[in-house]
Amino acid sequence: MAEAKTIRITTPFTEEVSRTLKAGDSVLITGKIYSARDAAHKVMTEALARGEKLPIDWHDKMVYYLGPTPAKPGDPIGSAGPTTSGRMDAYTPTMLDQGIKGMIGKGSRSKEVVDSMKKNGVTYFAAVGGAAALIAKSIKAYKVLAYEDLGPEALAELTVEDFPAIVVIDSEGNNFYEIGEKPYRKL
Amino acid sequence: MRTINVKDITETVAQLCKDAAYYLPKDVYEALKKGRQTEESPVGCVVLDQIIKNAEIARDEDRPYCQDTGMTIVFVEVGQDVHLEGGDLEEAINAGVAKGYVEGYLRKSVVAEPLFNRKNTQNNTPAIIYTKIVPGDKVKIDVELKGFGSENKSDVAMLVPADGVEGVKKAVMEIIEHAGPNPCPPMVVGIGIGGTMDKAAYMSKVALLRPLEERNAMPEYAKLEEELLEMINKTGVGPQLGGTTTALAVNIEWGPTHIAGLPVAVTICCHACRHAEKVL
Repeated sequence: MAEAKTIRITTPFTEEVSRTLKAGDSVLITGKIYSARDAAHKVMTEALARGEKLPIDWHDKMVYYLGPTPAKPGDPIGSAGPTTSGRMDAYTPTMLDQGIKGMIGKGSRSKEVVDSMKKNGVTYFAAVGGAAALIAKSIKAYKVLAYEDLGPEALAELTVEDFPAIVVIDSEGNNFYEIGEKPYRKL
Repeated sequence: MRTINVKDITETVAQLCKDAAYYLPKDVYEALKKGRQTEESPVGCVVLDQIIKNAEIARDEDRPYCQDTGMTIVFVEVGQDVHLEGGDLEEAINAGVAKGYVEGYLRKSVVAEPLFNRKNTQNNTPAIIYTKIVPGDKVKIDVELKGFGSENKSDVAMLVPADGVEGVKKAVMEIIEHAGPNPCPPMVVGIGIGGTMDKAAYMSKVALLRPLEERNAMPEYAKLEEELLEMINKTGVGPQLGGTTTALAVNIEWGPTHIAGLPVAVTICCHACRHAEKVL
């Protein structure tokens, strides 16, 4: 397998850019990304069901499935690796309809999520699970925007520079978990 | 009779929580480096490089290795010639967990009630505490920080005696295949065989404390550990994005069981196989 090429991405992250990315591409993300995980997803989809407006406009934004450790004094954030994306699957098609164009997490996604990604031109990136102290180096600012009572699960804006990630499922539904495993599967 | 004040237990548990969160055990670090040398996937090598670098940053800067600093499992062995004074042992352990997680800037990931309210306790207590009374006048404390990305992929199979060794292999591989890349491989696989359902699960947690290069004392189980490791590393899952380093080790603990049963519990641990130990 050839070495994956590295692509620099700056936010906002549009559908046009999203559709150029292919499963297996390495990227470095610079700009603003937004953290939300289990509890924030539950609150947001419940708000949408009641016909309420969300705290932020998700158009052309990237969501990062993250619950960081508390920042030490002087640091913008604590350790900040991805959490398992699959737990967000039940909420994801609803959230993608809000205009999200990129998701960052780890692990596989459901068929419903992939179908919604294809429809909306969305890219799913993986950050390396468990590389939390390393990933935190690329996060320059962390600002809670809503749901502060959820603690590490709050909705927050992260300013990132060269945040390392890999495209695992592209907007056409190609899945690098499957592509990447195949040559090494010997059972 | 030796007297130990439970305050010393609180302080020890607090320190062990921080140590476990920041410093990956040396055997796990070495196993990751060994995995990097043999990894065949280029992307797998990139991932392992990041994981190894992450361990070094966490260690050198006293930072949590992973943002999921886990649910805290505390194994306490109390010598029967020890008199604990100054308060309740479990309260002292939980006070240590709270102190360690607050002082150490670790994430508080425990909710008080699992189904209806899920309110965060804000200090990562209560810990899961296993107390054992043993001969002697020492207190040994092992703190394991168990992340839930991998815990959610752990499972139990209640086999029957006729299933035998092949049945055990099949059950373990089904759990591993179902987990796929989700539990943050390269993983450490703890297996408990025998006992009752709960005892097997307990043994699968204890198995994670054993140094990764050390095989089970009974040759048949040592061979099974090696065979399972080889099979797991042929799944192709690798270090999350495909490759040959899916697991660093398989550790089996076994115990007596019923004539009708063959319980098999598998605890999957991510590469953050974090634990720290101290003897008082």
